Amino acid sequence: MAGPVSNALNRSPAAPVSPNRRRVGEGPLLRAFLILLALAGTFFLLVVPLGVIFTEAFRAGFAHYAGSILEAETLHAIYLTVLTALVVVPINLFFGIAAAWAITRFAFPGKKLLLTAIELPFSVSPVVAGVTYLFLYGAQGLLGPMLGALDVQVMFTVPAIFLVSLFVTCPYVARSLIPLMQAQGADEEEAALSLGASGFIMFLRVTLPNIKWALLYGVILTNARVMGEFGAVSVVSGNIRGQTNTLPLQIELLFNDQNVAGAFAAASSLAVLALVTLIARIAVERLAAREVKAPRKAASVGVSG
Amino acid sequence: MSISVRNITKNFGDFTALKGVSLDIPDGDLAALLGPSGSGKTTLLRLIAGLEFPDDGEVHFDGQDTTALDVRDRRVGFVFQHYALFRHMSVYENVAFGLRVLPRKERPAEAEIRKRVMRLLELVQLDWLADRFPSQLSGGQRQRIALARALAIEPRVLLLDEPFGALDAQVRKDLRRWLRQLHDEIHVTSVFVTHDQEEALEVADRVVVMDHGHIVQVGSPIEVHDHPATPFVCEFLGSAVRFDGVVEGGQLRIGNWHRASTHAAGAVRAYVRPHEMAVLPGIVPEAAASFAIRHIVARGGLARLELSAEGGAIVEAEMPRHKLEAAGLAVGSPVSLCPDVVHVFPA
Amino acid sequence: MRRRVLPGFGLSLGVTLLYLGLIVLLPIAALLIKTASLSPAEFWATVSSSRAVATYKVTLSSAAWATLFNGVWGFLMAWVLVRYEFPGKRLVDALIDLPFALPTAVAGIALTGLFVRKGLYGSLLLPMGIKVAYAPAGIAVAMAFTSIPFVVRTLQPVLQDLEPELEEAARTLGARDGQIFRRVIFPVLMPAFLSGCALAFARSLGEFGAVVFIAGNLPNKTEITALLTYIRLQEYDYGGAAAIATVILASSFLLLLAVNALEAWSTRHAEPR
Repeated sequence: MAGPVSNALNRSPAAPVSPNRRRVGEGPLLRAFLILLALAGTFFLLVVPLGVIFTEAFRAGFAHYAGSILEAETLHAIYLTVLTALVVVPINLFFGIAAAWAITRFAFPGKKLLLTAIELPFSVSPVVAGVTYLFLYGAQGLLGPMLGALDVQVMFTVPAIFLVSLFVTCPYVARSLIPLMQAQGADEEEAALSLGASGFIMFLRVTLPNIKWALLYGVILTNARVMGEFGAVSVVSGNIRGQTNTLPLQIELLFNDQNVAGAFAAASSLAVLALVTLIARIAVERLAAREVKAPRKAASVGVSG
Repeated sequence: MSISVRNITKNFGDFTALKGVSLDIPDGDLAALLGPSGSGKTTLLRLIAGLEFPDDGEVHFDGQDTTALDVRDRRVGFVFQHYALFRHMSVYENVAFGLRVLPRKERPAEAEIRKRVMRLLELVQLDWLADRFPSQLSGGQRQRIALARALAIEPRVLLLDEPFGALDAQVRKDLRRWLRQLHDEIHVTSVFVTHDQEEALEVADRVVVMDHGHIVQVGSPIEVHDHPATPFVCEFLGSAVRFDGVVEGGQLRIGNWHRASTHAAGAVRAYVRPHEMAVLPGIVPEAAASFAIRHIVARGGLARLELSAEGGAIVEAEMPRHKLEAAGLAVGSPVSLCPDVVHVFPA
Repeated sequence: MRRRVLPGFGLSLGVTLLYLGLIVLLPIAALLIKTASLSPAEFWATVSSSRAVATYKVTLSSAAWATLFNGVWGFLMAWVLVRYEFPGKRLVDALIDLPFALPTAVAGIALTGLFVRKGLYGSLLLPMGIKVAYAPAGIAVAMAFTSIPFVVRTLQPVLQDLEPELEEAARTLGARDGQIFRRVIFPVLMPAFLSGCALAFARSLGEFGAVVFIAGNLPNKTEITALLTYIRLQEYDYGGAAAIATVILASSFLLLLAVNALEAWSTRHAEPR
């Protein structure tokens, strides 16, 4: 009986990459020394400053801490800070998506220039950002005479705080979306259109699911920076207690009033926000990495000011 | 310089990459380590280089034990699969690197370095690229620069990891021929790793076939091709049709086909290469097997036939096109096979 | 130009340009217009006043010290985080971003609390004669803290992508560890290292929140340029504030240009992907 069976090649499993390649800096002594140095540095430079905020805040006991937080002015500062975030984050979210869409999905002259313009606020010192708004809307500024004639006051009001916050945080969402959308390309969106989807449905069903983690990451960064902004806000807010004082400004006021415990109590709430931001960042990175096989570390950008 | 590998074992965690491997490569030889991925060929090459150290066994150069010798003192020229050129250095500086890092006492003067680098660049025929950077070179040029860099330290042996793996088909062919010529010119003992049997058979003096951490066969290209030691070697070195047969009463029998055989009696696996069998039109009762033609690929004077029995696997055969046409064979025609050369292994 | 298949070009580009114009470019233009309304003599008198020059010196030298520190420490951290495994590595890696996540005012009072006479660090350093809080050193400390992540985060990906084959190749060619580090590893990291340092330096120059808490803000001694702008405003010297703000703005643009040029230079040998 004749039975031809196969003429296929015998395939073996792929070899594992050698895990014990000898590389520079592998000497056990050098290695232990460098690791210890890094750990010690991290402890003294990062952990201790973070810890001191909480120990100082609770130094006079929990009751005092609660009292400091629940003080009317501090409560109002918290309210104003949250309000600012609620106004600014959605606007910059919308802007970031629009900018990323225009930049990554279309070719047009001046694109590089536009990219530079979007990143401009990153390289402007926060105080200077505040000053620019003063010279736009202030009594001495470009629109000052006009606003004065209309009897509209922008500077030293809550809207001024919104405006400078928009300025300092406008790049974050766009910055976290652009690299991802560039890498993903427009194939899926074009496929959706070819299958008869409307532009809106395409965006909702194809674009948004693909960028949701980067979007969330951008929102987290925007939020952290809005709530923590100090320099720019301090120029335009006028520091009116109980009216135009955000939390970071309130910290400064309390600190200058020699109310150290109160200042640290206010600071502790923002420190918690920072920790939540860090944890959220890690969580988002992990979730994104689970979905996509290319967990490129998002380009780091400064959050606070 | 001869290379001798003695009874080497190497584990990566739970995975045993090499199991008691021994190999002798005489001085001036050009040897190919051939095998599928995971067969341990690259690990063996890295062990010879000193980039890995064996768990057990020894490596000797010219009878001298080098097992414990650090790679930097072993004087091996190693060409990496993706070349590993230093991208921040010009071609010239890449080739000069091995001379510049010599201890001060042994380091040649600048003029001497220049002379030697330029001589090497001329040897690989790329002296006109001395001031370029690696990113400005084509794949084939990078490969040759990597070779020149490895030769700069006047290596005792030259080791190449998949030297043609990352290149286009045409460049690959040219470079193969060129490497062969270069070896004939400089005559340094060389070992290269490949998973491409054609490459190994065409370039090497000696082919070392590996599988699952073992050396399966060592021999000249003709030896391993014509007399494969195991079914694995037979299958790996080109396509072959496998038949189940039987040896009884001094006769090898496959289907109704038979021929005198000296093999021990019993069931056997018989392999026949596509060009080592006769393709007969129609159903021939005394043939080894009969099939229907599924597909014909005509190339030059030769026709490659894809055959299959009812519901059976596809089998490859070859015949001259003029015979195909004379016999009026077309897709769907029945044909029968009669082996000319059979490689027989116990089943 | 490719025909546009995807929808929303006009809308998205329109929104982007309008928003950027109103929120970013218009205010910057307003500042420049205000500065342009000064006579060159007025401008020069303001930006070259001895108090202003003192702030430049303090700001630049503090930023330089902060960057020097971050260059060394950032390199160490990037190396350790990429090359070695050790317990707590993920935590350390996450903590590196703390200075970006922590509002600068918070960083400022935390550092001040540590370095004052009764603080954890101050009580150790002051007896040794090292005064940090309310001294120039404090400015450098605040700047260093807020710009910690830059060098680490720019070096990490490059260090990660460094193929082991490069080191192995150098080794087969006879190089010792020190030579490999000096001739192969460091040159490859150099561009990223420099641009990380430049970013840290730029950030330090613009830092305000953290610095004002710890600096003490004494004119001619511990006053940074950004603070001087602020003070001019409170003195209703709007021309002076505009002039100094323009100096800061111009210097940060110059730095930005320098960083871009550096990146272009560093990718000149990059593999075309």
